[in-house]
Amino acid sequence: MNNVFVYCEIEGTTVAEVSQELLTKGRKLANQLNVELHAVVAGTDIRGKVEDQILPYGVDKLFVFDAPELFPYTSAPHTDILVNLFKEELPQIALMGATVIGRDLGPRVSSSLTSGLTADCTQLEIGDHTDVKTGTVYKDLLYQIRPAFGGNIVATIVNPDHRPQMATVRSGVMQKAIYEGECRKEVVYPEVSKYVGHEAFIVKVLDHHVEAAKHNLKGAKIVVAGGYGMGSKEGFDQLFELAKVLHGEVGASRAAVDAGFCDHDRQIGQTGVTVHPKVYIACGISGQIQHIAGMQDSDIIISVNNDPDAPINRIADYVINGTVEEVVPKLIKYYKQNSK
Amino acid sequence: MSLKIVVLAKQVPDTRNVGKDAMKADGTINRAALPAIFNPEDLNALEQALRLKDAFPGSTVTMLTMGPGRAAEIIRQGLYRGADDGVLLTDRAFAGADTLATSYAIATAIKKFGDYDVILGGRQAIDGDTAQVGPQVAQKLGLTQVTYAEEILSLDEKTRRITIRRHIDGGIEVVEAPLPVVITVNGSAAPCRPCNTKLVMKYKRAMGGLEKAELAKQGKELPYAALYEERPYLNLKEWTVADIDGDVQQCGMSGSPTKVKTVQNIVFQAKESKTLTAADCDVEELVKELLDKKIIG
Repeated sequence: MNNVFVYCEIEGTTVAEVSQELLTKGRKLANQLNVELHAVVAGTDIRGKVEDQILPYGVDKLFVFDAPELFPYTSAPHTDILVNLFKEELPQIALMGATVIGRDLGPRVSSSLTSGLTADCTQLEIGDHTDVKTGTVYKDLLYQIRPAFGGNIVATIVNPDHRPQMATVRSGVMQKAIYEGECRKEVVYPEVSKYVGHEAFIVKVLDHHVEAAKHNLKGAKIVVAGGYGMGSKEGFDQLFELAKVLHGEVGASRAAVDAGFCDHDRQIGQTGVTVHPKVYIACGISGQIQHIAGMQDSDIIISVNNDPDAPINRIADYVINGTVEEVVPKLIKYYKQNSK
Repeated sequence: MSLKIVVLAKQVPDTRNVGKDAMKADGTINRAALPAIFNPEDLNALEQALRLKDAFPGSTVTMLTMGPGRAAEIIRQGLYRGADDGVLLTDRAFAGADTLATSYAIATAIKKFGDYDVILGGRQAIDGDTAQVGPQVAQKLGLTQVTYAEEILSLDEKTRRITIRRHIDGGIEVVEAPLPVVITVNGSAAPCRPCNTKLVMKYKRAMGGLEKAELAKQGKELPYAALYEERPYLNLKEWTVADIDGDVQQCGMSGSPTKVKTVQNIVFQAKESKTLTAADCDVEELVKELLDKKIIG
């Protein structure tokens, strides 16, 4: 009772990286609260194949639900599993990835349990809360911290009276790490039919087609990102060239993606990917807050912009005053000349 | 087969184009500086609804929105594109609602419609980006949900099952679900058709009671006042908590399990930056410095 739960998402028999990131975060929260970290996973023919991808992140107890038609994911069976499991286990915190699955499942579960859910948290902390009106003090609540209003403000949300306190977190926001401390690593295989009725399998998946990501933007050491200032899809070609030369990846701001200059899966920012590279080269990016939220932890930020007042320049280590068309070819040229 | 289709749509501040004047000096939002727009993905949802109506003659599309009096604009925008009618949920008791209290109000209003086959909405609204209201409405109505929909591919009249293509992480999925169903539509779906000139002419004077009251408050006369009796469809419906037989305790702030503890304006720590020109020597020096420090290469 009162433990921290993480819902682990799978593709086939592979556990999603975001779930492992959340296990690492969940372990820290559980330690702080002096409770256990529990994990739940549901799929088809996963017994014996997923445990080793989950337990090493500090899990005390893992619930594996293995039955036909639990993969590919559909809303109702997974909702029933979580709702009925949570009614038995009464967790105080439940975390899941802010993925297509997590954002389909989380609200359905929270509505079933009338518990609060905060989407796309960027930080999770434990702290106390005093209700301004009643003066009631709540100990050790989950602070669910998230940008709001297009990233222009950051709000701390709490759920004083309802359990579990639910939150989703995007991939890449937390960092995963194998847990070095002690944990129980118990695994149970509950009988699925006790949790899910036959009628839950109402949606049929006719086709399910997932390709491995074409790039590793999230883990890239060098990111070359373009903004609306790139002007066109063709403008991005030179960024791809620079990224190739530097062995990096190309990212984009939301404005550039909305304008069709770059694929959506390369969007960096609050509603896209969060990156932590060694070098971030921002080309023609003005630096709206929602973009900065996804790249501010870069070790070195280089801004190439012909607007000396671009907001991104304030957080940049190097500002090159100039047009992208002029500067990017020079970066390529001098890198080629001076490397090796 | 004729369908009863409901489109959930929200009027939102345009957070995508936040200018420098969007934040006040004290860190609060200057709402006046942000234009109120039709939530973009709700327009994608409206298009899917109108396509169903085109495919199944006799179907009706009803707009459902929640907000202050001026949110009646959402219903007009729907009517201009081919919706048949609409309802604005408006009541002080709805204010301060989180997604759960919002979905309670919307689900309760939909129950009031009685009959419905397909409920469509955008995947998420750009002021909150939560994507929670669609699934929560579905749960409260006990309906199947299909989120991140890109296109309704077909609807079998005999089995009353709908086939939908979804955009999922790293790929696509085609699912088949029974009616009635709640579908949330992704921004990658087909854009919404433009306003129809004839419909604009027909509905441009459509107004809700609160808008008329606002005009009166400003001491302005209602133009063409007689028209509203002659053409009842110009009077847009407004429903309060009482109109939907709602429980006030489950609405607004009191129905919201999540509470906002603090809100902060984001201030990024400015760094001491080195400013360079685009001249060859500057760029070469930077590249050499990064190579020397083994930051690149």
